[in-house]
Amino acid sequence: MNEDRTPPKLRVQELAVGYGERPVQRDVSFEVKAGSIFAIMGGSGCGKSTLLKALIGLLPPSKGIVCFGTENYWAADEARRAEIGRRFGVLFQGGALWSAMTAAENVALPLQMFTRLDARSIDALVQLKLSLVGLDRGRASMPSDLSGGMRKRVGLARALSLEPEILFLDEPSAGLDPISSKGVDDLILELRDGLGVTVLMVSHELPSLLAICDDGIFLDAEAGTPIAHGAPRFLLENCEHPTVHAFMTRERPVVAGQAKDDDNGSR
Amino acid sequence: MTVPVTGRGWRATIDGATTSLALTTDWTTHEIGIETGLEDRLLGRVGIGTIRFDTSHLGRWDSSLLVFLSRLRQASDERNIHFDDTGLPAAARRLLALLPNKASPVAVLIARDGLLVRVGLVVIAEVTELVAVVSMVGQVVLRTGATLCGRSRMRSTDLIACMRDAGITALPIVTVVNVLVGGILAFVGAIQLRRFGADIYIANLVGVAVIREMAALMTAIVMSGRTGAAYAAEIATMQGTEEIDALRAIGIPVHDYLVMPRVCALTTMMPLLYLYGSAAGILGGFAVAVAMLNLSPETFIAQTRGAVAGSEVLFGLTKSIAFGALIAIAACRIGMKAGRSSADVGHAATRAAVTGIVGVIVLDAVFAVCANALGF
Repeated sequence: MNEDRTPPKLRVQELAVGYGERPVQRDVSFEVKAGSIFAIMGGSGCGKSTLLKALIGLLPPSKGIVCFGTENYWAADEARRAEIGRRFGVLFQGGALWSAMTAAENVALPLQMFTRLDARSIDALVQLKLSLVGLDRGRASMPSDLSGGMRKRVGLARALSLEPEILFLDEPSAGLDPISSKGVDDLILELRDGLGVTVLMVSHELPSLLAICDDGIFLDAEAGTPIAHGAPRFLLENCEHPTVHAFMTRERPVVAGQAKDDDNGSR
Repeated sequence: MTVPVTGRGWRATIDGATTSLALTTDWTTHEIGIETGLEDRLLGRVGIGTIRFDTSHLGRWDSSLLVFLSRLRQASDERNIHFDDTGLPAAARRLLALLPNKASPVAVLIARDGLLVRVGLVVIAEVTELVAVVSMVGQVVLRTGATLCGRSRMRSTDLIACMRDAGITALPIVTVVNVLVGGILAFVGAIQLRRFGADIYIANLVGVAVIREMAALMTAIVMSGRTGAAYAAEIATMQGTEEIDALRAIGIPVHDYLVMPRVCALTTMMPLLYLYGSAAGILGGFAVAVAMLNLSPETFIAQTRGAVAGSEVLFGLTKSIAFGALIAIAACRIGMKAGRSSADVGHAATRAAVTGIVGVIVLDAVFAVCANALGF
């Protein structure tokens, strides 16, 4: 990766997000380099998902700038924002599949809405995306008949349907068994390396964070602002901040790989 | 011997047993679209042993290329042709590795059952449903007994919330519908009665029709569309979000927690709404009679009092209680057996409204026949 030359894919400057009068996070600034896997870390309830909502256009920030490439997202009008939004792929926490459609239909809908491809081509693409995420069977299943891990995979296939430049993943491996969780991690790496997408993921799953993320920020609920910047592995070894330190080391003594096993065992 | 074959975005050079495929330009969904059927053109020739790639002139690529390559690989496997992927971009190779080598089997069409089987299945389903409904009605009766003895696990807050929902908040729509129906009755009656110079009996007509039939019926129809559909949608949503499973798992009796407050609320509120609706209907008739048909207010009131007996109010009250129970039980039952998707919630709400309205009208007819037979 020639990260240093390419401009950042996503730039966030002094962003403040919250619901109504209640601020959740403020002074959030970071850059996501093209082709990297960026993590938004932090404990439960610190505003990770709220921040994500401001990045994908679901919640206007109370202050600050979000730039995709060189374009200021929230300064654009609604039509333009929708256009920029088509370059995103979003995986929601529970998959957020449309429950009245089959897995294949879920992946096909964005293609039907935003491309001029004929039904056979769409079918071929849907099959490709579902195969990419490891779902060769169960294409015709309804979301309610799929397991949590499979729903996430279908959600990921749907997020990939329009060839996104940036993938936003909200807790991609949370709530999955250790093997599925590792599978999702590997998949994210494969997709990043294969498709060249930039990935921004919200997570509090230490094994995933340490295994795949190149960079990140750590949000703190009490401070209401990021308290550390850097790759999770770097933070684990170098960050002195007590909250970050506790987060990074609580479940694991020293080594990441070993700790991953501990973590898996305890779930 | 070299025979080049070209197409949009590719050039194949066939050299003995080896086909070299040079990919040129951008291979994106936007540029090339999805290529299907190329496999036969490329591999159809007899004697091909290997297919290899040259991607030195390949521009940007996306899923379009992957679909093409994965189909080509599958076709090569079927024909025992060696698929040499070394010439492909490393990223494409990695993604291809994630894809299955064999085409996924085409879904087998499920054979349709014969007419007899389908009729049989419908009958079995309906009988099962009938049993379920009867058992639910039985449970409601039993639990009502328990509730009256103070042995129910129903929470009073739920009951009060349901009563408010089926009571006070329903007043505006009940008022509008009943006032208008009362007014319409007065108009229709006036046209006929005026022919005989019997204008004064408009009051009797409105009074009897409203108290005996219309107030109970119209209120029930309104409540079925409003509250019945809401009950079904709410319970169906709870079904979809596994809330009902959670209740069951904790051991909270779903019946006491979800069904009883709704049935109790609607059966207690319906008679009150009926009384209120009757008053509104008569008021509507009164307004039309006095303002447009030149009947004096005193005459109207005196006529109405003479025409309406207490037993008729009782008859209306009984009906409205039955209607309330019918609407609530049907709505809860439909919500409980709904599927888990968002469309199922919509279906449940529609079915609850329709079942409630049709059920109320049928039950009203039964009441009418019974009353007639009893000479009431």
